[in-house]
Amino acid sequence: MVLALVRRALNEIFRVPGAAIPGILAPAIFFLGLTSVFGSLTLLPGFDTHSYQSFLIPVSMLQGAGFTGAATGVNLARDIEQGWFDRLLAAPAPRPVLLAGLVLSASLRSLLPATFLLAVGFAVGVHWPGLLGLLLALFLVMGMAVVAATWGTSLAFRFKTQSAAPLMQIGMLLAVLTTTAYAPQNLLTGWLQTVAKYNPVTQVVDAARQGFVGTVTWSDTWPGLLTLVGLAALLSFFALRGMHRMTA
Amino acid sequence: MMERLATNARVVAALGRRSVIQTLRRPQLAAPLILFPTALLAIQTAGAGNAVNLPQFPPVDNFLSFMLAGAIVQAVMMTGNSGAIAFAIDIEMGFTDRLFAAPISRYAVVLGRLVATAVLGGIIAVYFIVLGLIFGASLNEGLLAALWITILVAAAALAFGSIGAAIALRTNSASVVQGIFPLVFVILFLSDAFFPANLMLDPAGWVAEYNPLSFVVNGIREPIIAGWSLDTQLKAIASVIGIGIFGLTLCRYALIGRVRRGV
Repeated sequence: MVLALVRRALNEIFRVPGAAIPGILAPAIFFLGLTSVFGSLTLLPGFDTHSYQSFLIPVSMLQGAGFTGAATGVNLARDIEQGWFDRLLAAPAPRPVLLAGLVLSASLRSLLPATFLLAVGFAVGVHWPGLLGLLLALFLVMGMAVVAATWGTSLAFRFKTQSAAPLMQIGMLLAVLTTTAYAPQNLLTGWLQTVAKYNPVTQVVDAARQGFVGTVTWSDTWPGLLTLVGLAALLSFFALRGMHRMTA
Repeated sequence: MMERLATNARVVAALGRRSVIQTLRRPQLAAPLILFPTALLAIQTAGAGNAVNLPQFPPVDNFLSFMLAGAIVQAVMMTGNSGAIAFAIDIEMGFTDRLFAAPISRYAVVLGRLVATAVLGGIIAVYFIVLGLIFGASLNEGLLAALWITILVAAAALAFGSIGAAIALRTNSASVVQGIFPLVFVILFLSDAFFPANLMLDPAGWVAEYNPLSFVVNGIREPIIAGWSLDTQLKAIASVIGIGIFGLTLCRYALIGRVRRGV
């Protein structure tokens, strides 16, 4: 059942490629734009790298994962509106299995924009993060897509309409941008310095960034992994509760 | 001729009022046009705020004062795109065809939509000026600057909106107009809306030096962070007029094309 749902979601990419292209191009456009605009920030004392593109690329990858996960929520809302999901609920499949199929498809789909972004990034001078750094970054991207998909699906079950799409997308956008997205912690100013310190997604950003700006260490990795596990568990609870309420 | 002008003016006013009310009646659609640029302004100001310490950064009180113009232009361009999408939906649903069949000028129909975009642009300018003042930005040239910025932004909104309207008239498709939305950010990134052009990385920095949008942004930014400069303001006005002429010319040819195709 899980594999069937994953295959259905992935089929959409081949059947309607035009729908997937914006999700693949947008992170790359933002990455190139923000690098060009804010690239000189690396001249500030305290910036721990001279390559702003290497600093920024993990953020763009996680943003892409966030949008992919949010799109999963939008697609689910569409399926709910059109009645297709009611047929799934009538199937003799456990509810967690239905959710697993949705989020797993999002985690696999997130590799598309991430791969394209990496290709663009390496072409404009992003540092090679090493195989371990690269695999870690991609793993964290998939994990972020799972978190975003559980966020999107919980909203879809709550509102049952595609009109909730902006809430799904903006939620993920803000979660990623209110971190050390633009600059290291010590160079952030005002409210953002405080928010980034306590925003759990900051751990994910810093963990994904390691290989691109330095070396990968376990002490910088496990907080990001723990954050993703915790967020996925929490949001999955809300998504499953929403699914149960649909049939209550 | 005066009677005809008066008739067209009434048409423009009526359609403009309809478009403005249409936008304000659906806050769930209008809110992202304000909230998204506001959120980005807050995040970018706090995230890159130490940029004011970079050598060659223009002398400003704070980064917010510098960024305000970029946020205004971003919101206005998004509003222009949104207005064009609404126009395309009117075309798809046949409302515009009924207007074109009426004994009124086709140009007045288009201008009515653009005037609404200009009004919304002015509202956005006032919103961001007030927001900036609340959070620590300062208007170097005072109330006169606020008034001038509002007028310039409204004119710029009309100019940007004319390009979107031309695309809507030519394609008759809201999804095509929606598809150009990423281009809004590409154009913004290739200007000095968010950072001084001399500190941007090339080739974007080089493009930003000559991008007409940069002249518009600098025209808005200058009274906020510095004093008036005739050269900067004339460049801003010329850019707005140039973009407007370009967009309105495209609208004209799109309308002529519709007549030829019998649409």
